[in-house]
Amino acid sequence: MSPTNESGAASEPSAPHLRVILAKLGLDGHDRGLKVVARILRDAGMEVIYLGLRQTTDSILAAAEQEDADVIGLSMHNAGHMTLAPNMINALRSAEMNIPVVVGGIVPDRDVQPLLDSGVAAVLGPGASADEVAAIVAGVVSRQAS
Amino acid sequence: MSSNDSSGRREDSPAYRAYRQSFDQAKLRDVPFETMSGVAVEPVYGDGPYPGQYPYTRGVYPSMYRSRLWTMRMFAGFGTAEDTNARFKDLLAHGGTGLSTAFDMPTLMGRDSDSPWATGEVGRAGVAVDTLADMEDLFSGIDLTQVSTSMTINGPAAIILAMYVALAEKTGASRSALAGTIQNDIFKEYQAQKEYIYPPRPSVRVVTDMIRFTSAEMPKWHPVSISGYHIREAGSTAAQELAFTLANGFAYVEAAVAAGVDVDDFAPRLSFFFNSHIDFFEEIGKFRAARRIWARWMKERYGAKDERSMLCRFHSQTAGVSLTAQQPENNIARVAIQAMAAALGGTQSLHTDSYDEALALPSDKAARIALRTQQIVAHETGAASVADPLGGAPYVEWMTDEMERQAEAIFAHLDDLGNGSILEGVYAGIENGYFVGEIADAAYRFEREVNAGRRIIVGVNEFTDGDSSETDLLRIGSETEDYQLKRLADVKKRRSEESVTAALAQVTEVAADPTRNLMPPILDAVKAYATLEEVVHSMEVVFGTYVEKAII
Repeated sequence: MSPTNESGAASEPSAPHLRVILAKLGLDGHDRGLKVVARILRDAGMEVIYLGLRQTTDSILAAAEQEDADVIGLSMHNAGHMTLAPNMINALRSAEMNIPVVVGGIVPDRDVQPLLDSGVAAVLGPGASADEVAAIVAGVVSRQAS
Repeated sequence: MSSNDSSGRREDSPAYRAYRQSFDQAKLRDVPFETMSGVAVEPVYGDGPYPGQYPYTRGVYPSMYRSRLWTMRMFAGFGTAEDTNARFKDLLAHGGTGLSTAFDMPTLMGRDSDSPWATGEVGRAGVAVDTLADMEDLFSGIDLTQVSTSMTINGPAAIILAMYVALAEKTGASRSALAGTIQNDIFKEYQAQKEYIYPPRPSVRVVTDMIRFTSAEMPKWHPVSISGYHIREAGSTAAQELAFTLANGFAYVEAAVAAGVDVDDFAPRLSFFFNSHIDFFEEIGKFRAARRIWARWMKERYGAKDERSMLCRFHSQTAGVSLTAQQPENNIARVAIQAMAAALGGTQSLHTDSYDEALALPSDKAARIALRTQQIVAHETGAASVADPLGGAPYVEWMTDEMERQAEAIFAHLDDLGNGSILEGVYAGIENGYFVGEIADAAYRFEREVNAGRRIIVGVNEFTDGDSSETDLLRIGSETEDYQLKRLADVKKRRSEESVTAALAQVTEVAADPTRNLMPPILDAVKAYATLEEVVHSMEVVFGTYVEKAII
C-alpha cells in the first residue's frame, strides 16, 4: 500500500489550496466511507466542504459555486451511480462549470469505463487506500488545470 | 460464572438440577448428539447459571440448538411486488413459514416511486411499495394467518404495518392473528443508518403508538427489532455496538412505560439484531454480555417480572463491511468464521452475507454459497450439539466481562447526559453528535491502522497477489421502475380523491395531539389508497423533518 511516485509529487505542493466538496447524492445513507475520505483529505491538507446526506444535483451545484470548489466527490453505494453521476456531470455542463467529479462507493469494475466516458474524472473503488484517495483527488485537479 | 459447585458433583448442585429438569422437558431434534467419532456429548459443560437461567449469559433457552437450530433467515429483495410474491409462494411450497421483505430505498425513505428522489432507485435493493395495492400484489394468494412476516423498515414503519393490517382485514383475517416483526428501530437511524424522516421525539412517539397498538391488538407481533448491526457497519467498535444498541432498547422501554404500557406487556416481544464480525472471541464475548446486561437491567432497573421480558433474543448477520472487493472469494472464509461466532454466541437467527457484496448486490450463486456456509456450521461442525461450548474458558469469560464493563461505562455516560434517564440521554447523544462522532472516530482509527499496515487485511494490504477479476455480478434493469410508475398512476386514477384527502387530514389532526394513537387514522388512510409519501407528508406538516448536522 505504498503511494505511487506521482501521487507524492501531486499532493504536496498543490494540496493545501484545494477546496473539495464531498456529498452523498440521492437517498443512499451509507456515509462511513465518505466521512473517512473527508478526514483523509483534510489530513492531506485540503479544505473539505462536507455537505453530507441527501444532496441533489442542484444543492451540490449551488455549493460548488458558492465555495469556489476545485473538485466534487460523490459517494454512492446503492447501485444508483449509473443514473446519478451522469446527471451531476450534465448539470455541471449546463451551468458551464468546469469542476472535476470523482465518484466513490460500490462501483463494479465494468461500470468504471462508462462512468469515465460520461465525464467522471476518476472512480475510487472499494479498495482504495488513504494515500491513493488523496493522490487521485489531487491528480484530477492538476489534470484539469494543465 | 460461580465455582461454588466445584467441590461437589455438578449433578448435585441445585442450579444444575433445575437446568436438567427444564432440559428434560424440551423436545429435541432427532439427530445424534455425539462427535463424528461417536463420542456422546452433554448438552452443556461447566458451571451455572446454565442456559435458560438468569442472567442468561450462557443462552436464552435450556436446550438451545438441540431443540431447534437457529433460523436461517436470508434477507433479499426482488424487483416488483409480483416477483417477490412468486418467490414467497415458492418458499412456502417448500415448507418455509417465515417471509422476509426487503424494501427499495425510496420506500425506506417514505418516498413514492414517482418522486424525483426515487429516480434510479425504484425496485433496486428491494420491493417498491407505494400503496396498499402493492401490498396486495406482494402477499396475493398467501394466508397471512399462517405465515410470519419480517419487514425491514424504520422511518415509515407505521404506514407499512398499517398496510399489512389493512390487507389482512380485506382478506377476512383478524389483525390479532398476524405474526411477524417490523424493524422500526428509529434511534439507530440517527446514529448510523440514516434512514430517518422526522426529528427523534415525534418519531419515538410513532414507535410508542405502534407498541401500544400491537400490545393491545396484535399479540403475536414484534413491534421493534433493536438493531446494532448498522451501528457496527458504520464503524463502531464491538463494545459501542453493544452499548448503543442496548441503550436504545432501554430508551424504548422508558418511552413505552411513560406512555402507560406495563413493561411486561411489551418487553417479551422486543428483539435484537447484532453484527457478527471477524474478531471471533470479541464477538462471542459481546453476545454473551448482551444477554447478561439486558436481563439485569430489565429486572433491576425496569422492574420486569416476566422472565421473557429479560431475554435478549437476537438475530445476527455477518459483517458486510468486513468483505473485501479484492480477492472476493476470500470472503467465503470470513463469513464462515463469523457464522461460527454467531452460533457459539447463541444467536436465534442468522443471515450470512454473500462473498460478492463489496462489489454489487448478491448474485444467486453467491447467495446460495452464503446459505450453504451456515448450513455447514449447523450440520457438520458439531457446534449445535452443546450450548455455550466456550463458556468457562478464561479468555471468553474475561472478554464477556470486558464487553460488559465498557458497555456499562457508556450507559453511565448516557444516564448522566439524560439526568437519570437513558431515553433523554439517547436524545441528547443524537442532538449533540455523540453517537455519530464516536462511530466516525472509531471508523477512522481503524482505517488509519489498515492504511499504515498495522492491521492486516488479507488480499488488501498484504498477500495481494492473485486478485481475480469480478464475474457474474447481479444487474438490475430499469423495467421495474417503468412498471411501478404505471402501477402507481393507475391506483391514483382509480381511488376516490375525496376520501384520501379526508383521511390524510385526519392523520394530520391526530399527529398534532400526542395523547391520541396514530395507528387508526393511518389505517384509514392506507385503506383509501393514500400513498406512502402522502401519509408521510400528512405527519410531516406537524412533525417537521430531520436534517443531520454534517459532522466529520
